[in-house]
Amino acid sequence: MAGHGADESLYPIAVLIDELRNEDLQQRLNSIKKLSTIAVALGVERTRKELLPFLTDTIYDEDEVLLALAEQLGSFTPLVGGPEFVYTLLPPLETLANVEETMVRDKAVESLCKVANQHSAGNIEKHFVPLVRRLSGGDWFTSRTSACGLFSVAYPKVSTTMKGELRQLYRTLCGDETPMVRRAAASRLGEFSKVIDAEHVKSDIVPLYVSLSTDEQDSVRQLAVEACCSIASQMKNDEAEKYLMVMLREAANDKSWRVRYVVADKIVELQKSLGSEITKKDLVPAYHNLLKDVEAEVRAAAASKLKVFCQNLTSDKENIIMNHIMPCLKELAIDPSMHVKSALASTVMSLSTAVGKDKTMEHILPLFLILLKDENADVRLNIIANLDSVSEVIGAKQLSQSVLPAIIELTQDPKWRVRLGIIEFMPQIAGQLGAEFFEEKLSAHFMAWLLDHVFAIREAAIVSLKKIIQKFGVDWGQANIIPKLLQLSHNSNYLYRLTCLSGISTLSGVMNKDLTQKLLFPTVLSMASDPVANVRFNVAKTIKKLGPVLDQSVLQGQVRPCLQKLKTDVDVDVQFFAVEAQEVLKMS
Amino acid sequence: MDLAANSGDLLWCFSQVKGTVEEDVTEADIISCVEFNGDGELLATGDKGGRVVIFQRDQASKGCDASHSGEYNVYSTFQSHEPEFDYLKSLEIEEKINKIRWLKRCNAAHFLLSTNDKTVKLWKVSEKRKRAEGFNLRDETGTLMHDLSSITSLRVPVVKPMDLMVEASPRRVFANAHTYHINSISINSDWMTFLSADDLRINLWHLEVTDQSFNIVDIKPANMEELTEVITAAEFHPTECHLFVYSSSKGTIRLCDMRSQALCDKHAKMFEEPEDPANRSFFSEIISSISDVKFSHNGRYLLTRDYLSLKVWDLHMDSKPVESYPVHEYLRSKLCALYENDCIFDKFECAWSGNDRYVMTGSYNNFFRIFDRETRRDVTLEANRESLKPRQVLKPRRVCTSGKRKKDEISVDCLDFNKKILHTAWHPTENVVSLAATNNFYLFQGRD
Repeated sequence: MAGHGADESLYPIAVLIDELRNEDLQQRLNSIKKLSTIAVALGVERTRKELLPFLTDTIYDEDEVLLALAEQLGSFTPLVGGPEFVYTLLPPLETLANVEETMVRDKAVESLCKVANQHSAGNIEKHFVPLVRRLSGGDWFTSRTSACGLFSVAYPKVSTTMKGELRQLYRTLCGDETPMVRRAAASRLGEFSKVIDAEHVKSDIVPLYVSLSTDEQDSVRQLAVEACCSIASQMKNDEAEKYLMVMLREAANDKSWRVRYVVADKIVELQKSLGSEITKKDLVPAYHNLLKDVEAEVRAAAASKLKVFCQNLTSDKENIIMNHIMPCLKELAIDPSMHVKSALASTVMSLSTAVGKDKTMEHILPLFLILLKDENADVRLNIIANLDSVSEVIGAKQLSQSVLPAIIELTQDPKWRVRLGIIEFMPQIAGQLGAEFFEEKLSAHFMAWLLDHVFAIREAAIVSLKKIIQKFGVDWGQANIIPKLLQLSHNSNYLYRLTCLSGISTLSGVMNKDLTQKLLFPTVLSMASDPVANVRFNVAKTIKKLGPVLDQSVLQGQVRPCLQKLKTDVDVDVQFFAVEAQEVLKMS
Repeated sequence: MDLAANSGDLLWCFSQVKGTVEEDVTEADIISCVEFNGDGELLATGDKGGRVVIFQRDQASKGCDASHSGEYNVYSTFQSHEPEFDYLKSLEIEEKINKIRWLKRCNAAHFLLSTNDKTVKLWKVSEKRKRAEGFNLRDETGTLMHDLSSITSLRVPVVKPMDLMVEASPRRVFANAHTYHINSISINSDWMTFLSADDLRINLWHLEVTDQSFNIVDIKPANMEELTEVITAAEFHPTECHLFVYSSSKGTIRLCDMRSQALCDKHAKMFEEPEDPANRSFFSEIISSISDVKFSHNGRYLLTRDYLSLKVWDLHMDSKPVESYPVHEYLRSKLCALYENDCIFDKFECAWSGNDRYVMTGSYNNFFRIFDRETRRDVTLEANRESLKPRQVLKPRRVCTSGKRKKDEISVDCLDFNKKILHTAWHPTENVVSLAATNNFYLFQGRD
């Protein structure tokens, strides 16, 4: 029967179909992911009449399979015969929108939204809206929560009467007896409001927002705050003031810290959608209170928004920062919670650009110094990560006088991540302070870092040195850095000898050919007979890196015999890297 | 006086008993918790062997034949926890199910949380009534077809009805958050979070997140030698999502408000009764330890059980309980013996009736006590499979303390302290109670 071509081509598809019911989860999953192949083979009619009904009934499967299925069905429109038949995808997706696993439901809703967009206006009313109705009236909360996500796609495509019905349905969902559904309704309220005309937003959406904002469940009120951002962006500022602010003020003073937390977390979004007048009048005092909140989580969230909130202030910026925000920061810098200080440390420096040099010196620098000496490494680290913004504002001289002593103290920090932060900041500070200052104050620390017991520090020190040599020039490097680095090749600890090698390899990138050959290469060569195999194979690796810039005479006279010798080393790793170097340098 | 029959009091009839009759009790078969689900149609029991057995109310007989209604039959059995060994601490982790809590129903399936000392698990119990049929390359028995060239068309499986199959599948495992033994789990009214309490800490979980939990109460002192009390039970308020209570071994109950702070070390209210100096003894502190705390269904009251009594507290009054019911006062003179045989550390649970009118708790000798809060009448009943026939009305039992024993009375010295009813549950809407008596569990129905 080999001649019967159709049969052979059916075989892989037959396997795929059978695998849909394989006992092994992975096999089923693979098969579901190739569902489109099966559908193409079956053709649009059999897909609609046989495959989809089968899939509708497979909801007993594992979450992974259902998730994959929900995703696949979202792009199935052409496989069932195009927009005209897209409604046939609704039943399986409806079943998936009912399962208990949130992830699967969300994916089903996402796919339902996708296929909704491919419905003709008539089919939306005929097939999709009834689905929304069924889900909204479902017995279990799973179906009603899923329904909430479908309104914003259906609404723009239906008649005025049906629009009214959908708004009414949504109102019912907002008043659902289960908190799950009210949460879903609150979280989708923003996106629903975006497809509704301004008049109905005021007449229908605002009351829903108000009722959700006064919900007995904290979790619902939290989501109402998020909805407020979207609704506000639909309105003119004076309308937002009239319709939304009462509830938002309540939220900022809510009894539950979780709700206040959301206000703090969304303060920038609120600021954007409510405009500068309301910001000045309401949000600034609210923000002030959030920075002083009794709950550390709220203060931390508020402090982390400091930078963007202040940047976005348009009118009266300096006054607001100085009179309303700055006073809170002093307390935050000595906050009992580490998270608060850590959040403050990562944002406080950004204020310096807004308030200018003098005020930075007077107000921000003291905070900076407090945080720099904080007992928590995270706090110190966040401050160091933002050093550049302050040095820009106050200038190198001030920096060297006021900040540097504290920084130098941190070079000895017991937490290596803090030392790492300092090292990474060094090239910049060196650039600002000049070569002379560097030699005098900082170079000794670098040598200590090259001997640090943490590898990441040694490595970072080398990278920093490379950047500094780039700034100060090769000659300076040759005179000040290289001799000290080369000394390490005699260190009794092999780890530091390795540091020397990796330093040579990194710095060779910024040195000229002559120096590399005369100064760096001989040191490498001298280490080829090191007693530690680890050093020897790193010699091979370094040679591989330096080789291309060496003269032919050196290559033939010195490199070749050296690699030959390493190739016969007792250690297999050394042999390996020697051969590799030979190949790269074309010596094999 | 137990003038049950003619005073409008409930009469309790024996309905069912489950479990073996044998005298030899296998340790693993001892029931360690009982819990009705939200509508009372299902009842779950956990045992020391780590198993969960779910019973379903008889569907067919419901409503038609009053005498048979309310029978529960096995619906599903599964192994929830396995014994484990913590190699780092060299500790055995028992598989014993400490608590079961049902989730509110979210679809056709049922969900419950079960916990042992360390790990909480979320289980799904679902029914399967359909199966797919038809393969392309195999026949129904699964044998591969050899002649692959015989495929001339593709077959899509067809879904056919089949016999009911109940499956229990583990959905989530909430582990690694408790250093001490978990004594309580409670689901929040927001349907999204739950708490788990051990001796010193209470953690808050999201039902969908297993890799993090938040510590909301921590009473562990910096120096363990300063430890004076432990957490014995904790529960969320039935409707106010931010309120929960926890009880302690010192006899106090603390009400916490999660709105005010992330860490609820500072309680909003503390319920504590001043000690009666007259009753002060060596055992005072041990017997004042609270073994269980339950919110009433309306959320206004708290029911607590200490060793000798059952107390009802009004959330609005923290100075003393509004009602206090002695459970087995006759044991007060026996505390010394009970201390010696460790019975004094038994942890009795307590339960509210669906309408909050009655409260119930267990005692020794397979006795259990039901108190009517309206008439202030109480009754002692015995769960004893030998003397019970189906639908038989239970005779109230009395314990005599004096030397002269009347008919139908049992002397306090004859009580069997090995037979204890620790775990009790009351149907959420009807007067049906279920009790765990060692390896048996009993169901009784109340009749007006």
